Amino acid sequence: MKFVAVTSCPTGIAHTYMAAEALEQAARDAGHEIQVETQGAGGLQALDQSVIDAADAVIFAADVEVRGRDRFAGKPTVTAPVKRAINGAAAIVEEAVQAARSGVVTAAAPAGSSRGLTTKVDHDAGVGTRVRQWLMTGVSYMIPFVAAGGILIAFGFMIARFAGGDNGAIEVTKIPIADLIKHFDATSGMQWAALLFQVGVAAFGFLVPALAGFIAFGIADRPGIAPGFVGGALAGVVGAGFLGGIVAGFLGGFVALWVSRWRVPKAVASIMPVVLIPLVATLITGGLMIVVLGRPLSWVTEKLTAGLNNMSGGSLILLGVVLGLMMAFDMGGPVNKVAYTFATTGLTAAAIASHGTQLTVMAAVMAAGMTPPLGLALATVVRKELFTEPEQENGKAAWLLGASFITEGAIPFAAADPLRVIPSIMVGSGITGGLVAAFGSELAAPHGGIWVTPLISGIPGYLFAILVGTGVTAALVVLAKSVRRTEVAEDEVSVSGAHAATNMATV
Amino acid sequence: MNDPVTDVGLITPALVDLDLDGHAADKDAAIRRLVQLAYDAGRVTDVEQMLADVRAREAQMATGLEGGIGIPHARSAAVRVPTLVFGRSSAGIDFGAEDGPARIVFLIAAPDDGEGEHLTVLAALARRLVHQSFREALINAGDSEDVVELIRSEVENR
Repeated sequence: MKFVAVTSCPTGIAHTYMAAEALEQAARDAGHEIQVETQGAGGLQALDQSVIDAADAVIFAADVEVRGRDRFAGKPTVTAPVKRAINGAAAIVEEAVQAARSGVVTAAAPAGSSRGLTTKVDHDAGVGTRVRQWLMTGVSYMIPFVAAGGILIAFGFMIARFAGGDNGAIEVTKIPIADLIKHFDATSGMQWAALLFQVGVAAFGFLVPALAGFIAFGIADRPGIAPGFVGGALAGVVGAGFLGGIVAGFLGGFVALWVSRWRVPKAVASIMPVVLIPLVATLITGGLMIVVLGRPLSWVTEKLTAGLNNMSGGSLILLGVVLGLMMAFDMGGPVNKVAYTFATTGLTAAAIASHGTQLTVMAAVMAAGMTPPLGLALATVVRKELFTEPEQENGKAAWLLGASFITEGAIPFAAADPLRVIPSIMVGSGITGGLVAAFGSELAAPHGGIWVTPLISGIPGYLFAILVGTGVTAALVVLAKSVRRTEVAEDEVSVSGAHAATNMATV
Repeated sequence: MNDPVTDVGLITPALVDLDLDGHAADKDAAIRRLVQLAYDAGRVTDVEQMLADVRAREAQMATGLEGGIGIPHARSAAVRVPTLVFGRSSAGIDFGAEDGPARIVFLIAAPDDGEGEHLTVLAALARRLVHQSFREALINAGDSEDVVELIRSEVENR
C-alpha cells in the first residue's frame, strides 16, 4: 500500500523527525511505501498533491495542529500522538492498513489506479472516490446504531408477540418509558419487551446524527463532528430523514473546513480547533438546516399528503404502487412519513369495523416497508463481493429488521450508494405495494412486521407480494452495482461521478 | 558573557559527559549539567534562560522515549548555534518514559530565530536516534572522542 504521513511536535526539532524516521522504517519493514511531511522547524517540504491523492491512507502523528490538513480531506486517516509514532510505529502502520481496507468501497477502483492520467480525469476520479469514502465513513459509524437499535426493537416485538398475544406487538409500543422507570416488573414479559423496544428507539435516535456527524468527520476531521451531529439531529427535528442527514453531514463538514481556513490572529488561533470552528460551523449548519430546509420540507409534506388524499378515490392498486415507492424513497424521511402517516391515520375505529380499503392500504404500506432491508440482505448473500465489509455485516441484521418492518435497516446501504440503491428498493417496494393492493390483504396494525401476522387477512397473497418485492429489489441492486463494475473494467480510466450518473440512467 | 564558540560542529568532546551520574541525580540536575556544558563551550549565552525554555518544553510532555533515552530540547534565544550535548548514565535518570529511566540523554538546543537550513542537521540527528544500532553504539562508546566521531560520521557526513 501507499501511505502519506505528517509528523509535527511543539518544538519542531526532535520528535517530528524521529517519528518520521520511525514511520518510514516501519512502513518499509511491512512492505509498504510511505512519504512523510515533517512539519518541523527545519522548513516544510510539502508533499506533492499527486502523492497525497495516490495514497491509500493518511497518518497524522502530530501533537500540534497539522498545517494544510484539508489537502488530505476524504482519505482514510489514522491519528496518533507523535510519541506513539516513535515508540510504536509498526502498530500505527498496521492501523493505517486497516483504515485503508475498511474505508474504501471494494467495488471501486483504488484511488491509486488513476495516477498518471490527465488532470481533468484525475480530478474527476478523485472527487467520486472521495465522496464515496465520506459516505462510507458516515455509514460505517452509523451501522452499530442501526444494528443495536433495530435488533432490540425487533426482539421487543418478538417477546411482546409471545408474552402479549396477537396484539402484543402493538401494545408494547404504548408502554411509556416513565412507566418503566416508576415500576419496572421483571416478571412481566411485556415489561421486558417494552424495555427492549424503548432502548432500541433511543438507539435509533442516533442513527441520522451519527451518519451526518461522521460524514462531516470524514470531510473536516474532528472539527466536523459537532456541526455534523447537530445538523443530523436537526435533520430529524425538521423531518428530513437520512437524506437530510447526508445533506447535514456534507454541510457541516465543508463549513467546518471553510472556517478552519480563516486567517485569524495568533491569540485566537489556539482556540480555533476546540472552540471557534465547532461554534461557528455548528451555528451555520444548524441554522441552515432549520431556516432553509425546514420550510420547503413542510411544503413538500403538505403537497404529498394532499396528492394521496386525492388518489384515495381512484385505483387502489395504483395507490399501493405509489405508497410503496414513497415508503422506500427515503426510509423515515419526509416522503416515507407522508405515506406511513397516510396509512396509519386511515386506521380509524370505523374503518376497522367496516373492513374499509384503509386496511388494505395499511397492509400495502407495511409490506412495502419490509422489502428494502430484506431485498438488500438477500443481495449481500447472492453477490457478496459487490458490498463492503461493513455492508455485509449490516446485511445479516437486515433480515431481522426487514421482517420486523424496520425499514431503517436499509439506510446504511442507501446512504453508501444512494444513486444505485434507492431506485432499486423503490421499484421492489412499489411492486410489493401494488401486489398487496391487488390481492386485497387487510391489516389493522400500524407496525410489527411478521410479529403481527395473525392480524393480517389474506396472508398467502401478502407473503407472496413480499417475496416478489424482495427478489426484485435484490436483482435490481445487484444489476445496478454490477453495471458500474463492468463499465469500470472496460474503461479503466475513471470511476467518476459522471459515469455513475450515466449508469443509473441506463439501468 | 562567555566567549562565542569557534568550532560550530554539532558536538565536540567538551559537550560529552559519560559520567552523568557523577553530576546529577535527577532529571532537573541532569538538564542543568548539560546546559552548563553548552554554556562553558560558548554555545549558550544564558544558563537560566536556556533552563527555563527546556523546562517549559519538558512540562508540555516528558521527553523520555522507550529504549532508555531522554531528549530534553528547546528552541531558545539563549542558543548561538545548533548544539547537541550528550550525557550517559549507568544508573539511569527518569525522563518519564513508560519503560524505565534513560541511559542516554541528549540535550538538543536550537536558536529560536533560525529558519530552516541550519536546523536540518538537528533533524538528521533526530532521525538517527530512532535506530537501535546508533543508540547501542553510543551506549558502548569508549570515550568522548568516540561519541563525537560516531555522531559526526552518522549525522554530519550524510
